[in-house]
Amino acid sequence: MTQPTSSDQPVLRVTGATVTLDGRRVLTGVDLDVAPGEFVTLLGANGSGKSTLVRAAVGLVPLDSGSVELFGTPLARFRDRRRIGYVPQRSRAVAGVPATVHEVVMSGRLPRRPYLGFGGRADREAVEAAVDRVGLGDRLRSSLADLSGGQQQRVLIARALVTGADLLVMDEPTAGVDHRHQESLAELLGDLSRDGVSVLLVAHELGPMRVLIDRAVVLHDGVVRYDGPVSGVTGEEHEHVHHHATRETRIDVPGAEGVW
Amino acid sequence: MMLELLDFDFMRRALVAATFTGLAAPAIGTFLVQRRLALLGDGIGHVALTGVALGLLTGVTPLITAVLVAGLGAIVIELLRMYGRTSGDVALAMLFYGGIAGGVLLTNLAGDSAATLNRYLFGSITTVSTADLWLIGGLGIVVIAIATVLSPQLFAVCQDEDHARVSGVPVRAYSILIAVMAAVTITVAMRTVGLLLVSALMVVPVAAAQQLTRSFRTTHVAAMLIGLLAALGGVVTSYEIDAQPGPTIVLLALAGFGVAALVGALVRRRPALITPEST
Repeated sequence: MTQPTSSDQPVLRVTGATVTLDGRRVLTGVDLDVAPGEFVTLLGANGSGKSTLVRAAVGLVPLDSGSVELFGTPLARFRDRRRIGYVPQRSRAVAGVPATVHEVVMSGRLPRRPYLGFGGRADREAVEAAVDRVGLGDRLRSSLADLSGGQQQRVLIARALVTGADLLVMDEPTAGVDHRHQESLAELLGDLSRDGVSVLLVAHELGPMRVLIDRAVVLHDGVVRYDGPVSGVTGEEHEHVHHHATRETRIDVPGAEGVW
Repeated sequence: MMLELLDFDFMRRALVAATFTGLAAPAIGTFLVQRRLALLGDGIGHVALTGVALGLLTGVTPLITAVLVAGLGAIVIELLRMYGRTSGDVALAMLFYGGIAGGVLLTNLAGDSAATLNRYLFGSITTVSTADLWLIGGLGIVVIAIATVLSPQLFAVCQDEDHARVSGVPVRAYSILIAVMAAVTITVAMRTVGLLLVSALMVVPVAAAQQLTRSFRTTHVAAMLIGLLAALGGVVTSYEIDAQPGPTIVLLALAGFGVAALVGALVRRRPALITPEST
């Protein structure tokens, strides 16, 4: 059904992306590639445009100019939705009516039946496998609202994985997650990465994720300021780096006001 | 007592109308609450009033003009929500005020009294005609069927709109469908609960159900059952105490919420009694 992706073709290619939101220029001429199997992190201060960039990459925010290609297909013509696993910010995970882990992850199967149809046995098995994979096999029938922040984050990852996505696009998965859960999250993402899943991750702080990252892209005021290995991300150090700074390399960006 | 009630044709019609209303309102209301749009029903109800008045003015069955105007209003509201910027909120408020002002003015022009309007605002069990009943039944079945058949897709849209959009679910089309279904439900419920209180029957049973549930599906089904009980009980009670059905239905639903909240709180305070949350 799908054109096989040649090994050198990027799974995501953003070229010259310019975005204006509510009359304010948020991104200006941004280029971003993610190669197959690559683990890329997008860094930047609040308001640098990193969330907008990933939202534009999955088609949630329209571009003024520039282009987005997913697996070699322009975004407007991209239909193979099951290949992208989008993990939005967790703050909006819980809706106004209770829903179980099973129900939420099951909604991740909809790229296979976006217009009509109920889940069948194959869907249920995929849901159980994805929930097991994120280590919540015993919470399948729990209400999402009864889980901790880190567990909710895992549920959203399971929902993204449940169709066998090749590219995970994650918007600040570590926000509000304590260090212990960040470590298990990093372990999970490391496993996925080794299995060949490409990852584009927006992060405010890297924590235990740091060792997984192949490449860091730093945005500043909607412009790419740096694109290279994490070790090359430099800048003035802030006072308030981390409570557990001994475990991490301090990373900073010129002019960043955020907590790293 | 119940059998005696059924001797009256108008009572039989009112109970059938209440059945469809009680099931349909929470069927669509669950999605509105999930999406945190609990007050949307109120707004559409206001707009529907202009539709009723247009019917009174032109001599067309008010149910038909109401469903058309409310449906149109629902589409406008949804488009404002989608494309409107910061002024969207105020635009919605103006639409609601326009709906109720237009409704009252047109009813006055039609020469109908406040009492006529009152029947549409708070329901009236004696005025459901056989023709109304066919329309109520037909539209009610359509709403319940859509809310059931499309429930995986509507769940995804209301749970996480962004994720649904990235998954390729037609979010805009389904958002408009939800709003139009809410409008249709309001028209279905107009004879029983009335336009001003219909939103309560879309929201209160859902709020009551989720005091005791932790899955979406159980909440959805339980809310429909609570809605059904409140609607039937309210119609019977309103006959017994000679009151309008709308307020009795809503007060019954609120009483149901009170009981559910109390039971829910007791259950949560004694966690040892709950079976472990395993599969």
